[in-house]
Amino acid sequence: MHLLVCGGTGCRASESAGIEAKLKSELEKRSLDQSVQVISTGCFGFCEKGPIVKVMPDNTFYTQVTPADAETIVAEHVVKGRRVESLIYTDPSSKEKVEESAKMGFYKKQLRIALRNCGFINPENVDEYIARDGYLALGNIITGMKPQEAIEIMKESGLRGRGGAGFPTGLKWDLTARTEADQKYVVCNADEGDPGAFMDRSILEGDPHSVLEAMAICGYCIGSDKGLIYIRAEYPLAIERLKIALSQAREYGLLGNNIMGTEFSFDIELRYGAGAFVCGEETALIHSMEGLRGEPTLKPPFPSESGYNGKPTNVNNVETLANIPVIYLKGAKWFSSIGTEKSKGTKVFALAGKINNVGLIEVPMGTTLREVIFEIGGGIKDGKKFKSVQTGGPSGGCLTEKHLDTPIDFDNLIAAGSMMGSGGMIVMDEDDCMVSMARYYLEFTVEESCGKCAPCRIGNKRLHELLDHICKGNGKLEDLDRLVNMSNVIKDTSLCGLGQSSPNPVLSTINNFKDEYDAHVTDKKCPAGQCRDLMEYFIIEENCVGCTACARVCPVAAITGERKEPHLINPAICIKCGACMEKCKFDAIIIQ
Amino acid sequence: MSSIKIELRQQDIDKIKEIAASFGNREHELINVLHKCQEHFGYLPAEVQEVVAEELKAPVAKVYGVVSFYSFFTMTPKGKHPISICLGTACYVRGAEKVLDEFKKELSIEVGQTTGNGKFSLSSLRCVGACGLAPVVLVGEKTYGRVAPDDVKNILKEYND
Amino acid sequence: MSKIKLTIDNRQVEVESGTTIYKAARELGIDIPVLCYMDLHDLNIENKPAGCRICVVEVEGRRNLAPSCSTNCEEGMVVKSHSVRVLNARRTVMEFILSDHPKECLTCLKSGHCELQDMAVKLGIREIPGEAIAEMSTYRLDTSPSIVRNLDKCIMCRRCETMCNDIQTVGALSAIHRGFMAVVAPAFEQNLEHSTCTYCGQCVAVCPTGALTEVNHTNEVLRHLADPSKTVVVQTAPAVRAALGEEFGMEPGELVTGKMVSALRSLGFDFVFDTDFAADLTIMEEATELLSRLQNHLEGDGTARLPILTSCCPGWVNFFETNFPELKDVPSTAKSPQQMFGAIAKTYFAEKQNIKREDMIVVSVMPCLAKKYECQREEFSTDGNPDVDISISTRELAAFIRQANIDFKTLPDEEFDNPMGESTGAGVIFGTTGGVIEAAVRTAYELHTGKKLEKVDFEQLRGLEGVREASIDFNGLELRIGIAHGLGNARKLLNDVRDGKSKYHAIEIMACPGGCIGGGGQPFHHGKSEILKARASALYREDQDKPIRKSHENPFIKVLYDEFLGEPNSEKAHKLLHTHYFDKKKRITIKQ
Repeated sequence: MHLLVCGGTGCRASESAGIEAKLKSELEKRSLDQSVQVISTGCFGFCEKGPIVKVMPDNTFYTQVTPADAETIVAEHVVKGRRVESLIYTDPSSKEKVEESAKMGFYKKQLRIALRNCGFINPENVDEYIARDGYLALGNIITGMKPQEAIEIMKESGLRGRGGAGFPTGLKWDLTARTEADQKYVVCNADEGDPGAFMDRSILEGDPHSVLEAMAICGYCIGSDKGLIYIRAEYPLAIERLKIALSQAREYGLLGNNIMGTEFSFDIELRYGAGAFVCGEETALIHSMEGLRGEPTLKPPFPSESGYNGKPTNVNNVETLANIPVIYLKGAKWFSSIGTEKSKGTKVFALAGKINNVGLIEVPMGTTLREVIFEIGGGIKDGKKFKSVQTGGPSGGCLTEKHLDTPIDFDNLIAAGSMMGSGGMIVMDEDDCMVSMARYYLEFTVEESCGKCAPCRIGNKRLHELLDHICKGNGKLEDLDRLVNMSNVIKDTSLCGLGQSSPNPVLSTINNFKDEYDAHVTDKKCPAGQCRDLMEYFIIEENCVGCTACARVCPVAAITGERKEPHLINPAICIKCGACMEKCKFDAIIIQ
Repeated sequence: MSSIKIELRQQDIDKIKEIAASFGNREHELINVLHKCQEHFGYLPAEVQEVVAEELKAPVAKVYGVVSFYSFFTMTPKGKHPISICLGTACYVRGAEKVLDEFKKELSIEVGQTTGNGKFSLSSLRCVGACGLAPVVLVGEKTYGRVAPDDVKNILKEYND
Repeated sequence: MSKIKLTIDNRQVEVESGTTIYKAARELGIDIPVLCYMDLHDLNIENKPAGCRICVVEVEGRRNLAPSCSTNCEEGMVVKSHSVRVLNARRTVMEFILSDHPKECLTCLKSGHCELQDMAVKLGIREIPGEAIAEMSTYRLDTSPSIVRNLDKCIMCRRCETMCNDIQTVGALSAIHRGFMAVVAPAFEQNLEHSTCTYCGQCVAVCPTGALTEVNHTNEVLRHLADPSKTVVVQTAPAVRAALGEEFGMEPGELVTGKMVSALRSLGFDFVFDTDFAADLTIMEEATELLSRLQNHLEGDGTARLPILTSCCPGWVNFFETNFPELKDVPSTAKSPQQMFGAIAKTYFAEKQNIKREDMIVVSVMPCLAKKYECQREEFSTDGNPDVDISISTRELAAFIRQANIDFKTLPDEEFDNPMGESTGAGVIFGTTGGVIEAAVRTAYELHTGKKLEKVDFEQLRGLEGVREASIDFNGLELRIGIAHGLGNARKLLNDVRDGKSKYHAIEIMACPGGCIGGGGQPFHHGKSEILKARASALYREDQDKPIRKSHENPFIKVLYDEFLGEPNSEKAHKLLHTHYFDKKKRITIKQ
């Protein structure tokens, strides 16, 4: 029997390490520690209900476990073979207990390829990866295939880069392979900077060897013996697990000189990012690895011709790499049979926001937004109404009700005015103001712009200012035209992908929620009730009993009224601090 | 401009030299060297940067250019209990900004500052990957999930030492 | 090189592969506006960060607009340089740039010479939308002895950074911060004075706006001219006469020596002298020093330090004091011509005229900003009274002439005053790279061999190559000479000197690319290297036309030695005409 305890960052934050320790000590107490193994795995994905403990082989899925529950699990499930009912997941709609993960709405529609090992293996033990056919693909390729043959398979598979732009991976390899040079590099882009996306981190934490293996395969294909992983310094657990994985792989001869006795040598070094979103852009990433400011440079030349140290460099993102070993094991045909015509395979999404099942999911390309949000995601939190889903992070756009049945793939999302990006998916409900949302993303872009090119450095700042102006009720109708023109020019003229996509949240919200913008500029109202400056506190006469609590708490004496008479708020004095509303016990104060 | 003037002790200088040497004194390794120095000193005062520049034979202006570019590097010492509020999108839509405002109010400092007694410093960060717990606050190594503005006082109380 | 055919604005053009769209368009006479881009081809100086995005064009088949300055032509490319989309983008980006730029053109030192202002005129910008709510990035004003940094006016073209780092290898400036607050500054945003800055002024020479300017000293000059108790003496450096005319719409390379003298006289200077006279004096001292070191060396004196390095360039002196303090005994101890002039003016000439030292004001007109710092050095003063009181640049003189309502072009040619206005052709060519050493060779040859030099033109020492070398037969002794201009080139030669690998007997170094003709105080060349070439050839022309072309034949120099100094390198000469250098390696620079 195995007890799998989620060791992902989310569950770790909820004391999963304590659960693991407690399970171990409880087993030890009963001298079961030899027959029952406790394994700390990578992320299960169902972060909403974390920490997760899964019991194998009977597949029981315990949610929201606390260290105190560990004793019960051991005493009941391990010793007596009885499932602990109170920890079993309850389906929120049917109210039924679902014992096995495969039958849970959250997992039913998922197909886990990139995440295949996350939550199954101990990422700190290379044997477990090998037991699930790890390094088999690498072995097959370096002993039985010419580099070009392997590249052809990659092309046939139709795999496209999961980092954002969706460039065909096989073609990228081919380009780098064709450039002649005395030294080439394989770079893994693990500088996941999209706020609200954490798939790369989960893969590195849960299945680091799949990334190492894929990098070695890439090295063989393009003719490189040197790999570099550029990882955010903010990911200590992922770094730790990568370091362990690297040393184990070297120990087993899976990295280093003459891998598996062949002529092929390949090794990998870690490089640390230092908190700059723009370093997700490959030229900026390369400059950062060279010890410079992470400023992008014009392409061409592409990294495939001149990258790290001026040498041909192939940059792939973590999720892309995680797909690769399994493609070689199961074949290009298998992979290309999944997904849509132009987007093959699956995509991992970080589902978050106003949704019931926050977590990390992986679905075949072509799954609709509706399936993701309402079936996997379990619908909107607190029974509120769905309003919008933001995909693609700061580069993406906000989609609406009318896009819910759109099959998700690279091209459809772009056609809808958003993009795949790295796979952040933030769900918003009726209480979210779309103008504020656009402002939030622009605030992020302004903070993360490298400052090299004028449209991104200044233009985004101006966009943010204007959105802020509108949120404060100072906007005019013609400002909306200016927003659109500035957005289009910033996209059209910026140096790198950051500026070329940063206005997307603005454009998509204007396109899809024009009436909300209109309400802000013409009626000076925020329909979602989020923009503080546009709100007015108001006392409902019928509900007010004249207790004077509100008037006493008001810091600016904006509320007047006689005892036991309905009170009145003077909007000219009110600073909208909300203290009165908090104080009122009779629901007499509302925001309009 | 940095307002801190520190005197590096010989052992500090030796430490920086040792770090630089461990990366072959190569200019290319600047960011790695800075990471190690920040790990050691807790921050990167101008004096440290200057020794780094000398050791890597890089202009100190360039070193500062790099330090000031990356948000992970800091020239002010962090508080004894560094507080980070996640402002990733998931946390943002679940009200992280209000939590941040509450911390600012309680501590009377802005993001990037340290309290006068050196006890707390406040920073915001983008996504720690614990979106299931949104909004998330980190105090040192400890993570607090589903934090509401009302929880802020209690969190701070835990560090009354 | 293969040829490429493309279409720009419906016209076909054939260019060599590797040509940018911008250059290809120029071949068709289409002048695409550029702002951050700068190409000084003959000096191998190029700045094209593709940051301003003003030069964008539409390339058929590309999603975004392309910066023409750095996008290479491709076969069959179809380019539109002024489509509606391009014009709108260009204008909007320009509005962005201007929205973060102070609107103080009326009082800006750079007004009339500002490339940003020109661009605003060219693009017909009449208003800046959203100006009222546009925050500006603002910085601390920094005034050093030579240069003023007003970074509010910085547009992040990065030209100064390129000059300071790539060309001059001074490393005083770097881009700092990111996004909207990104700017170019010294380490820790300290004052330039506390940085490794050499005051070469090349940053000022290339700055398109008023962000980097010289410290303006014309008002101080005016104050002294207005004081009847002062005798105001002016000296003009050789390179000034070859460039001053440009400020009045004359062709680059037009010599305006006579008009300049005439202008200075009508401005009210009491004596109008020539720094060239002091240049001849410098040659007397330096050539003698060279020969003596050479003699000692040949006689086996191990302490005789060779090669001897010229020392007339103050930017270069600052450079080696900061970067190569261990070599401070190597350069010639001869003062620069500016300082020799001041030392003689305030002793020999003042005595002759019976003027008290404190009643004499020596003003220099220099192509240089480092001269401002040089004349403020403590060692160049007696009892706190500086040998040279004020140094103004060529540009400041031009502004002064304009203020005085002098119609420069129609001025009659006048002669310098005597005795310190008489100079030889050797003194004139000090103003261009290779000139000092050529002048020194003319004198050293005759002093060493005792023979008359048949041909005074040493073509092998001329040109714009960054590092040049030549050997000259000194009657059987092969004198090996190195020449470098631009501090980056100087660094290459200095590294060899430091490592004991230098093969030269004498090296001439000028801090500015092109020598003084390209000095930081000269009229702006706006990235046109043909202007520098024209200035150089003007100086060689003046040399050719001079009746006397060897310093030691200058009759007034002879008189000076006979009446006052004795002989070159005499004790008196040493006291007045020689200096020593300091170790200025910067350590912890934090100063509050």
